[in-house]
Amino acid sequence: MAYSDKVLDHYENPRNVGSFGKDDGSTVGTGMVGAPACGDVMKLQIKVNAQTGLIEDAKFKTYGCGSAIASSSLVTEWVKGKTLDEALNIKNTQIAEELALPPVKIHCSILAEDAIKAAVDDYRKKNAS
Amino acid sequence: MFAPCYLDFNATTPLDARVLEVMLPYLQNRHGNPSSRHEYGRQARNAVELARQQLAQALGAQPGEVVFTSGGSEANNLFVKGAAASLRPGVIAIGASEHPCVRQPALQLRQQGWQVLELPLHELGDLDVLQAQALIGQHRPALISVMSANNETGALNDVQTLAQAARAQGAFMHTDAVQALGKVPLNFRSLGVHAMTVSSHKIGGPQGVGALILDKRLDVQPLIAGGGQERGLRSGTENVAAIVGFGKACELMAEEFEQRVGSMSGLRAVMEDSLSALGAEIFARGVPRLPNTSFFAFKNIDGETLVGKLDRAGFAVASGAACSSANPEPSRSLLAMGVEPAVARGAVRVSLGAGNSLAQIESFLLALKETLADLKGLTAVAI
Amino acid sequence: MKLPIYLDYSATTPVDPRVAEKMIPYLTEHFGNPASRSHAYGWEAEDAVERAREQVAALINADAKEIVWTSGATESNNLAIKGAANFYSGKGKHLITLKTEHKAVLDTMRELERQGFEVTYLDVREDGLLDMEVFKQTLRPDTILVSVMFVNNEIGVIQPIAEIGEICRERGIIFHVDSAQAAGKVEIDLQKLKVDLMSFSAHKIYGPKGIGALYVRRKPRVRLEAQMHGGGHERGMRSGTLPTHQIVGMGEAFRLAKEEMASENTRIRALRDRLLAGLTTMEAVYINGDMEHRVPHNLNLSFAYVEGESMIMAIKDIAVSSGSACTSASLEPSYVLRALGRPDELAHSSIRFTIGRFTTEEEVDYTIKLICSKVGKLRELSPLWEMFQEGIDLNTVQWAAH
Repeated sequence: MAYSDKVLDHYENPRNVGSFGKDDGSTVGTGMVGAPACGDVMKLQIKVNAQTGLIEDAKFKTYGCGSAIASSSLVTEWVKGKTLDEALNIKNTQIAEELALPPVKIHCSILAEDAIKAAVDDYRKKNAS
Repeated sequence: MFAPCYLDFNATTPLDARVLEVMLPYLQNRHGNPSSRHEYGRQARNAVELARQQLAQALGAQPGEVVFTSGGSEANNLFVKGAAASLRPGVIAIGASEHPCVRQPALQLRQQGWQVLELPLHELGDLDVLQAQALIGQHRPALISVMSANNETGALNDVQTLAQAARAQGAFMHTDAVQALGKVPLNFRSLGVHAMTVSSHKIGGPQGVGALILDKRLDVQPLIAGGGQERGLRSGTENVAAIVGFGKACELMAEEFEQRVGSMSGLRAVMEDSLSALGAEIFARGVPRLPNTSFFAFKNIDGETLVGKLDRAGFAVASGAACSSANPEPSRSLLAMGVEPAVARGAVRVSLGAGNSLAQIESFLLALKETLADLKGLTAVAI
Repeated sequence: MKLPIYLDYSATTPVDPRVAEKMIPYLTEHFGNPASRSHAYGWEAEDAVERAREQVAALINADAKEIVWTSGATESNNLAIKGAANFYSGKGKHLITLKTEHKAVLDTMRELERQGFEVTYLDVREDGLLDMEVFKQTLRPDTILVSVMFVNNEIGVIQPIAEIGEICRERGIIFHVDSAQAAGKVEIDLQKLKVDLMSFSAHKIYGPKGIGALYVRRKPRVRLEAQMHGGGHERGMRSGTLPTHQIVGMGEAFRLAKEEMASENTRIRALRDRLLAGLTTMEAVYINGDMEHRVPHNLNLSFAYVEGESMIMAIKDIAVSSGSACTSASLEPSYVLRALGRPDELAHSSIRFTIGRFTTEEEVDYTIKLICSKVGKLRELSPLWEMFQEGIDLNTVQWAAH
């Protein structure tokens, strides 16, 4: 299968790989989506500045194909500096377009969009009170 | 080593050196399996797809219509049995002189309730189109298979007109174009057939590869299952080197068509003038024929004996179709034309190739004259 | 060292240069059609075809008259299974095979099911081998044909062909064996093995593509219904012009295999063991299939917590297979590994390394280094690896529906 240059770039040099420490506590929202049996698991973490309400950092780990790795790497770049609502506005179609994903790989972009939602949800749940 | 002069191009042709050159890398370092997803596999896949395009281009078809097989026999079997398997048993019409690899599978279909209708030949050697049209109208076959050119006499059949008749009746029309390829213009689209068989080793390509050109709208069941290669129509690892060779042979054939045909027909004219002068009866001479083929007999001269003597004199010719040469029965084509069995037993086939020279033909004629004198002498003594 | 390193010898092998050398004269000066009976070109070709038939027969201790040329193992499997099932259908309609057979066998069986035959697809044990007790219990009075592969193409395990043969012969059941992956790797003695039909391919044993053979036993005689009709070549069992140069290549390939198999297996086993030792220095690497009853050429490993496609993408410098070559266009996990009871994620992350005649120690070492580094990198990226390291049992995690 032919991968686009952007997918290859993110795959070869994934951005923001890793996990935040346990002591980052309530400033971090974690979203884990997918399942090993389906061949994709994405973990996306966002670190939010409580004062400004902006996502100031993001990290990911992904078990999946090159397109899944690229999609999650890309969203870690995109969410940084955005408000939670702005982050929720990132649509899978934008991800797919940016990475020129073929039709059989669209599910990777959907998974990345779901990961943002799950991470925001988790952050909001932790900071609900 | 002494190499006899080869005059049996309808049986098989020598491999063109330019074809060998493009094949060799696939017998050496480019050894991938086209189904493999790594670099070696992609290289092999690309080579197969290039050949598919070369065939399509040369034959007036789409690349997606080319199904590679192990040869002409398999392609004919695939059409006859594969198309029949998708239909309710009905009538299959075949030419009276079809090659065994169309005739035998058609006869096999009778076990499943099919009827076989034979389309007769004219006395002159080609298929009787008027009668065929009438029979098609009357028996309404679901499948029709008629060879484009007879492998023995070289007589050409009007496949285009038959294809129109077939379509008018809703029948599927196939032509075995194995002998026609490279010798007469052949265009899948303009012939109007649903399927067409071609083979590599009759046009300077390697043995072991052929193709069925197949209209995608026609539902055909595979003969060989497993792996799903060739759109599921023909499983098994592709014969990459041979396919590459076939593609190149098609490309060269298209480029050099005029020149090759000009050379073959010129040499044949020279040869047949002499054959006539020697008293040969040349079969199917009165109808359009392949430009390279001459099928003839001399009165009271046994074909096998003549061919054997010619071989010892250094000339490779045939006494009948190669596949059935072991068979002492006289040529089916000649019998279908109404030729007396005694005459048919004398038949000798000379089929020329682009590589033959005037000098070869002249020395062949000289040898033939001497052999005939010899045999006639023997006959005279015997009488 | 040439990149990518070829470790996919079970998909296809390069043609041995000694084989190519024997083939070329039959592509140039000896180009005749072996069916041409009227001149020297034909006779030469026929002689070459018959010599090759003897060479193929010699490797498997059979008679040359028992060898039928085909276009490859896929056609041989089709001819054997359909040909025997159709011929003996008056005796019964029950056929037995394994779930781990090659598609050429499985798809043929499916076709026969559509024609009214009943097929039992036997499970294999976790090690990939057939359980003989299960096999015996499956046999019925109306069983007419059993088809079991000698060596599995994905995991390289060697099935108990001798034992199966004894049981089949006792009960008058035709026994077909797909030996595409076995010839030249394990000893095959058809004087001893009670096998009736056996399929071979040239391009898995350093011969050319597009040629194979079917062994058809003469004593006791096995009958087949031909699948390809025409000029009556191959004693009516398989019509079509014989591709002389390919047949010559197959003959020479089998001749070389007979001469060199023993020493080659020793060398290849050493390379395979080196590869295995190098790769299992990593944690969570699992071997698929039994190691004892296995050809030395094959190593099939699952790298847990790494996804298969990203793995293939990472190791572009090594030409390997993730699942059978014939089905690798689809992303379905290997049905062979599934049949072993491997979970899908381990099937997805499996790599088949197959070593061959031209593999070097240097290539093996490069492979070890590259795989270890790439697996390490992908595991750093993997949330599953992180969880494994934290001691979380992944089976207890509730995964979001997807």
